[in-house]
Amino acid sequence: MIIDLVFFAFSGLLLLAAMGVIVSKNPVHSALFLVLSFFACSALWLLLEAEFLAITLVLVYVGAVMVLFLFVVMMLDINVAEMREGFVRYLPVGALVAVIMVAQMVWVVGDFAGDTFNGEALQQSVRHAADYSNTKELGKVLYTDYVLPFEVASLILLVAIIAAIALTMRRRSTTKYQTPDKQIQVKRNDRLRIIKMDAEVEK
Amino acid sequence: MVGLSSYLILAAILFSISVAGIFLNRKNVVVLLMCIELMLLAANINFVAFSHYLNDINGQIFVFFVLTVAAAEAAIGLAILVVLFRNRRTIDVDELDEMKG
Repeated sequence: MIIDLVFFAFSGLLLLAAMGVIVSKNPVHSALFLVLSFFACSALWLLLEAEFLAITLVLVYVGAVMVLFLFVVMMLDINVAEMREGFVRYLPVGALVAVIMVAQMVWVVGDFAGDTFNGEALQQSVRHAADYSNTKELGKVLYTDYVLPFEVASLILLVAIIAAIALTMRRRSTTKYQTPDKQIQVKRNDRLRIIKMDAEVEK
Repeated sequence: MVGLSSYLILAAILFSISVAGIFLNRKNVVVLLMCIELMLLAANINFVAFSHYLNDINGQIFVFFVLTVAAAEAAIGLAILVVLFRNRRTIDVDELDEMKG
């Protein structure tokens, strides 16, 4: 089946890119591997007929969040060699924990768990017709049932904007600023002095 | 045959890779943040897979909100990181013990 082939190709790419994220020496390479894993995951979501989210993942995540990551990584002067200390020391325990977690979760969700996640109904995915619009269906639910959470999400983004600006903004003592309140409150007498004097006459 | 459990196993492996990444890169805060992004991606794969195989669009709405919160988290986390680096000239987790009693 071609769909199985696409699934295994992109999930293999996703896992390889995720390994690249965690073993790369250079954080810039990690960020670029993370971009690759987002692309692979986006392809998997297209396979699951979540077209809107797949495109959102590429546009919002790769386009905005990962560019922010790359910007910060390149802006900070990180000592790469110092950051690698302890990598070899924690490799065995990290690998052990990961293997145990995979074994446990595969035991639960895999073929051993009976029919909970493997029943006949769950193996067959319902393919929608060609004129089915995922975005339209998502919008119908999002703007009716989930309209309050949607507005809370906008508030969360507002808080993030304000927090990011408030954290990183600093006032240097050497920079010249305008003070609009003083500019507005200025009176005529502060600027203009009318004096009486005799006319200057050319001799 | 690719079914729901294939996607769940894929997400489980991805999640475990990012847990291992947190163990391995515990000095570098940037890579720790990237590992958290990978974890959220694994959770999102589960949501989308269940949404597809149960034929219920509500799962995709949750992915939408997770993406929103993750974007906010990344923005604030990186802002904190920039302030931290400006003050301490390092992003090593072990050196960030200013608050220690």
